[in-house]
Amino acid sequence: MDGVAAPDLSFAALAPLLFVFGAAAVGVLVEAFAPRAVRHPVQVAIALTGAVGAFVATLLLAGTREVTAGGALAVDGVALFLQGTIAVLGALSVLLFSERALDPARSAFVAVASVPAGSVRDRELSTDERVQTEVYPLASFALGGMMLFTAANDLLVMFVALEVLSLPLYLMSGLARRRRLLSQEAAVKYFLLGAFASAFFLYGLALVYGATGSVRLSAIRDAAVVEGGDTLLVLGLGLLVVGLMFKASVAPFHTWTPDVYQGAPTAVTAFMAAATKVAAFGAVLRLLYVAFGTAEWTWRPLVYALAITSMVVGAVLGLTQTDVKRMLAYSSIAHAGFLLTGVIGLGADGSGPGLAATMFYLLAYGLTTLGAFGLVTLVRSGEGEATHLSQWAGLAQRSPVVAALMGLFLLALAGIPLTSGFTGKFAVFRAAIETGAWPLAVVALVTSAIAAFFYLRVIVLMYFSEPAPEGPTVGVPGLPTTIVVAVTAAATLVLGVLPGSVLDLADSAAVLVG
Amino acid sequence: MTITNYLVLAAILFTIGAVGVLVRRNAIVVFMCIELMLNSVNLTLITFARASGTVEGQVIALFVMVVAAAEVVVGLAIIMAIYRTRRSASVDDVNLLKY
Repeated sequence: MDGVAAPDLSFAALAPLLFVFGAAAVGVLVEAFAPRAVRHPVQVAIALTGAVGAFVATLLLAGTREVTAGGALAVDGVALFLQGTIAVLGALSVLLFSERALDPARSAFVAVASVPAGSVRDRELSTDERVQTEVYPLASFALGGMMLFTAANDLLVMFVALEVLSLPLYLMSGLARRRRLLSQEAAVKYFLLGAFASAFFLYGLALVYGATGSVRLSAIRDAAVVEGGDTLLVLGLGLLVVGLMFKASVAPFHTWTPDVYQGAPTAVTAFMAAATKVAAFGAVLRLLYVAFGTAEWTWRPLVYALAITSMVVGAVLGLTQTDVKRMLAYSSIAHAGFLLTGVIGLGADGSGPGLAATMFYLLAYGLTTLGAFGLVTLVRSGEGEATHLSQWAGLAQRSPVVAALMGLFLLALAGIPLTSGFTGKFAVFRAAIETGAWPLAVVALVTSAIAAFFYLRVIVLMYFSEPAPEGPTVGVPGLPTTIVVAVTAAATLVLGVLPGSVLDLADSAAVLVG
Repeated sequence: MTITNYLVLAAILFTIGAVGVLVRRNAIVVFMCIELMLNSVNLTLITFARASGTVEGQVIALFVMVVAAAEVVVGLAIIMAIYRTRRSASVDDVNLLKY
């Protein structure tokens, strides 16, 4: 009897993934064996090397179109573009994690996560400068899962990647040093709802397997053509979409988003908001266009409805928020809806302009959100962060630079011209109109106008209100946060003023193989 | 016994799990309901593997078990951390974050 034939593995095409997972594995060893004093710098260096190495690898691989690992992974333009985006966002997030100048105890992460919050030992540790560094390997694992998610050419790999990216994020949400109860609560909610959603994804996987006899995306496509209106297949697709939309925080599967964004440490929220969104939409694009691209009637009405729901829920509920992090969470729900208009604009077999538009939007949105959350870590009162909107009143008088940069990011999120948000929105709306989905574009324009109100409200509050006498202080950031804010602000402007070359790059990368 | 019976049984188990997640209040019980959902998926996968005569479904079921085990580790760690603080695992007590 012959042994099992080994699948063909193209190590070159997997280089971005190998870099990040390698960094994660080395990080675990460092956590176990390196002396405590050197752990922090070493862990930061390893995590950064992994993310930056992965980014360089995606650049070197540009133009690759191949299916590898026995057909389980598709390394194509879309995968590489999104992997590069995720790697950049990941590297910037690691810089945010490593900030040591803001918190009096030199880290935003809890000293020992297993000590009960509020206990005597916890109070002792809360001023301790010993920093736990497990967050870096966890972040590397999450990063690797996200990058795998965008390249998965097989529902099973997609499921494993979903869990590899989710499990570290559940833990990371619970690691805040200040307001530990909120943080733990965020972790519990995220975990229970996340596991619930992945059970739906898995049941969808099982039904699609039953309908088509395979979980390979290309095999599903071939079977979907032949069988047409198979109930099992449509039901399976619906459940798969539910699981993915949960990760992408699309309404009505968004209920975890505001709570988790508010409770998690702000640097982790930044990472989740930016990188998870990119990864989830990468998987959505691949599932809908590689596996179900020939059976568009099955998902187009569903995605249409989800896009409208998400835009309306995000924009309307965002109006009522009084917490900056919650407001940005509802903004992320609204942006998920805008991204879905780009997904609708893909046209038959992904030939429309929607694919490139969605990819550009993901890049622009990720960088802007990361910058906005980075600034939220700077505004502090007492030992923690001041996230209530009333505390931001008159911020321009305390720190003109922070207020101006926050204003820039909020204008970009609102989609004002000359910022990256405008270019992105213009691209996805145009894609939707060109494929005949103009009612969706109308709804998107109306909700953009509503959403602009709550972004502008913060700007008005920062510039035209008197600062409260015992208001927050603006922390002086160390080098890492300064780099993050500078890079994201520069990118927000450049992608708004001179988006041409990046749009061309997205256009030329907009190819899905499978 | 036709394979439809197994599929219906799996669908019933999945529904019981899903309803349990929505109505039960103890985080541990909610978590058990999620495990029930995952296992009903395994039953579905194995039934389809049997029906189609391929081995793929059984392999996927093994993957699901491994992932579920990893999920248990993370989930119980998180629930333990909050239980130690609050002396309660009820999801109704976890109510600081809202609106």
